Amino acid sequence: MKRLGFRFEGIAAMAGLALAWQIASYFFPPFLFPSVPAIARRFAGIFLEAAPLADALSTAARILLGLGGAFVLGAVLALLMGRSERFRRYAHPLLNFNQGIPALSWVVISIIWFKGIEFRIFFIMVMTTLPAFTYQLLDAYRSMSKELLEMTLSFRPSRLDLLRVLVLPTVMPGILTAWKVNLGNAARVVVVAELVGATGGIGYELLQQQQLFDMAGAIAWTIVLVVFVLIVQSLLGLIERWSLAYRPLAERGL
Amino acid sequence: MSAAAAITLDRVAKRFERGAAGDSELYAVRELSLSVGAGELVAILGPTGCGKSTTFNLIAGLIRPSSGSVRVMGHDPYDEFDWFRGKIGIVFQSDRLMPWRSALDNVALGLELNKCPREERRAIARAWLERLGLKGHADDFPHALSGGMRQRVGIARAFAVRPALLLCDEPFSGLDAVTGDALRREFVDLVRETGCTGIFITHSIEEALQLGRRILVFQRPARIVYEAVLDPDTSRDSRAEIRAEIRRALGGDGIP
Repeated sequence: MKRLGFRFEGIAAMAGLALAWQIASYFFPPFLFPSVPAIARRFAGIFLEAAPLADALSTAARILLGLGGAFVLGAVLALLMGRSERFRRYAHPLLNFNQGIPALSWVVISIIWFKGIEFRIFFIMVMTTLPAFTYQLLDAYRSMSKELLEMTLSFRPSRLDLLRVLVLPTVMPGILTAWKVNLGNAARVVVVAELVGATGGIGYELLQQQQLFDMAGAIAWTIVLVVFVLIVQSLLGLIERWSLAYRPLAERGL
Repeated sequence: MSAAAAITLDRVAKRFERGAAGDSELYAVRELSLSVGAGELVAILGPTGCGKSTTFNLIAGLIRPSSGSVRVMGHDPYDEFDWFRGKIGIVFQSDRLMPWRSALDNVALGLELNKCPREERRAIARAWLERLGLKGHADDFPHALSGGMRQRVGIARAFAVRPALLLCDEPFSGLDAVTGDALRREFVDLVRETGCTGIFITHSIEEALQLGRRILVFQRPARIVYEAVLDPDTSRDSRAEIRAEIRRALGGDGIP
């Protein structure tokens, strides 16, 4: 009942926004507020033609690849920082410094440094999402119960077994949270990267719409990106419900 | 004490750094020598902070001694970490169950790490759960079990690997009197049945008298200040005398 209520409220909120936009379209010219049907046609058109669909899919792939790269590198850094205080003392200021660098600076740097478009975007994605992944995974690693660690060690596990039976289940909630948080960041960054440094993708298409003063196209491409983020968020939610199935009953009272 | 020593501590010390800068030291254990024979069940009794748990962790190989030597079954439990796979079972003060594993999978943990085949380890774990009165709870997650049931799972997990050495750190202290008494009786039966060497840390005189065939009283930093040997024929009067001796050795530390 609660889920149904939530879904109804969500749909009602989105319908309200569409209605308000449609009303605005009656009072403003189409280049400012195109009608909802016009936007819907442009949105559907993206999936009906090969070239725009390829643009949408390439952006999705860039987001997932970039996040995957940052996750792997962040996990290695977090593990090293968690295991070595000396390494943490060196890595911490560098990650903090990185956090202060705007995404646009990485775009400029990558254009100057690298020739290949795909590597440029991959580099930008990794550099902008790396600190958050590292810190979130480090926090998850550090939250590992000393009591459970001692108990597991008493059975003398191999390093691989320790990782499998204790470390991974412990950091799993942190991993999922990190992916959910960074997915939104990555979607914003990839558009900036494509806007400036790519010849295809949603960011590139948005630039085309801006040059053509085509608001319906700009909104349609934006919605494509949002829908992609929502689909991945839903998948992460499913993984979360499956892998953390032991938790809801225990924490219902919180 | 039997001739074949299962555990030997020779002039063992363990010091910890204190203060934010680690500029001072605290000895939790100092010059402790101790020998436990194979198949012996020894209760270690002492006030809070006397180094019982540190001694326990040294024997379990979870911490390294600052000086002296610890030998368990002729091996160093810290440096020869892997040699002890499947040989030690530990029951902790809290149940220390993995919340993401069912009761069955928690009991099977040690067997799994010992590379016991899946079906075999599940059958063994199920048998131990039934033995400890948890039939029908194999698939329950820890949060669905009561404190006493969780501690039973913890005991089953320790016994399931058929350990040669069983270490217990105040495993019944967090339970109510009725549950604690019932588990204590079951525990003594299990130790007798399996014939393993056991170290039982407690801060209860009655528990030590009930469980130990040999009782060691510790004072801080961990050193033996009193030792008594009991057997099933020890008379009520002798037990009362030992109880009084233990109280004297503890120096009125408020231990029940």
